[in-house]
Amino acid sequence: MTGTNPVSIENLWVRLDGRTVLEDVNLEVREGDFLGMIGPNGGGKTTLLKAILGLLKPSHGKVRVFGTSPEAARKRVGYLPQKSLFDQRFPVSALEVVMMGRYGRKGLLGRYTPEDRDAASSALEAVGMEEHADREIGGLSGGQQQRIFVARALVSEPDLLLLDEPATGIDSSRLGEFYELLRDLNEKMTIIMVSHDISAVSTYVKKIACVNRKLYYHGSKELTAEEIEEAYQCPVEMIAHGVPHRVLREHD
Amino acid sequence: MIEIFAYEFMQRALIAGIIASILCGVIGIYVILNRIVFIGGGIAHTAFGGIGLGYLLGRDPLIFAVLFSVAAALGIGAISDKSKVSEDTAIGVFWAAGMSLGIVFVSLSRGYAPDLFDYLFGNILAVSWNDVLLISVLTLAMLVLVALLYKDLLILSFDSSYGEAVGLPVRELRLLLLCMVALSVVVLIKIVGIILVIALLTIPGAIGRQHARSLTRIMALSILLGASFVLVGLVASYLLNIPSGATIILAAAGTFFASTILSR
Repeated sequence: MTGTNPVSIENLWVRLDGRTVLEDVNLEVREGDFLGMIGPNGGGKTTLLKAILGLLKPSHGKVRVFGTSPEAARKRVGYLPQKSLFDQRFPVSALEVVMMGRYGRKGLLGRYTPEDRDAASSALEAVGMEEHADREIGGLSGGQQQRIFVARALVSEPDLLLLDEPATGIDSSRLGEFYELLRDLNEKMTIIMVSHDISAVSTYVKKIACVNRKLYYHGSKELTAEEIEEAYQCPVEMIAHGVPHRVLREHD
Repeated sequence: MIEIFAYEFMQRALIAGIIASILCGVIGIYVILNRIVFIGGGIAHTAFGGIGLGYLLGRDPLIFAVLFSVAAALGIGAISDKSKVSEDTAIGVFWAAGMSLGIVFVSLSRGYAPDLFDYLFGNILAVSWNDVLLISVLTLAMLVLVALLYKDLLILSFDSSYGEAVGLPVRELRLLLLCMVALSVVVLIKIVGIILVIALLTIPGAIGRQHARSLTRIMALSILLGASFVLVGLVASYLLNIPSGATIILAAAGTFFASTILSR
């Protein structure tokens, strides 16, 4: 079964500009997983997502997505990039932004059909934004925009969802609601979520991996204090070892 | 006022101006959204090298302007993409080198270049039927390209890093957009001149953006605005005997300032 896992990574090394960003990463993500990926800034979390998307060539090792190359599997993958600094006054409606997620199915020069429009409406519905379809994207709140971008990742009807810091820009009072949405989506698809919000991650995801050049992962929510400290390269205080697995930032 | 359009040169000027407005309205908003206004300036000034070469060889300068401006678009695009030279540095180098080449070629031709000033500041009254034909063909080609690539250009302009992630050929599409800007610049040289090109390319779109919320509406509004600026500029140019490029741009800039103040 390993061969057709959503993500299967063996001995992955990635070097960028002469610097080793990922070192000997091994990872199996199974169908239905909700994997939270934590780690310090610059630790390689985004790089790992890009390798899974096939946007970076490994220096060494193998990345398989649904048993095939990342490029070939791209149609089955939905992607939410790290909050992009788009022009808040860009003249585009929420619906048009969601439609962009159909690109993988249409390709260059492909024209949108009623089917694409229906898919976009369903994706908006899935994130609870259907009444905002015709609003200009810049007129929505940060959290609403983030929902629109989740819809854009969903509109290609993916089997694997890659989310890079999806909670950015969302009001803390709305965070729970947002993570519930992701948990609902997880019933239909495998999700890998990069985040630095360790406590939130540990509450909602099924498994946790820690990335800092190397990947620390046992296929569960359990990571030892030593592993997290090694990953973060600084002392990390852990409280309430068990469920939910909570970690605090460095202490002095 | 109607009677001044009884002259054939005025009719040609009006037709050329309206076609150019259509082109500016459609391409201009992409220039604004992709923040490539100054790449447009660099491309336009590089085209002067082609104008000069045309003089030197005794051929139609606009044909060489096409070659130079497309080369500038690809050059600036490739340099800022692949090398460590930043985009504005590349623009500056092409800008100055193109102008210098133009001056060298014109000097070498030793001939009298009576309409050189027209290429720099535009003279819509000197537009020939051949020019109208060239402008129409280029505009039609641009419109077809935009219609075919509308969805792809929207992704490129809105969020190119997302485009890259979903497999959009971002680099190629961007170079294509720069080439489209280059060809638009050539169309506009006859009308407002090299130095004023970026104004006509961007002002209608900039005003349109203040008043319309969707891309297609901004395009429609920009076309109407552009055509009005050309009309007003033409009449003012005729009545006051001032070069048309300047009157058209001043009509546009005046409207832009008024619109900016009113829409605050």
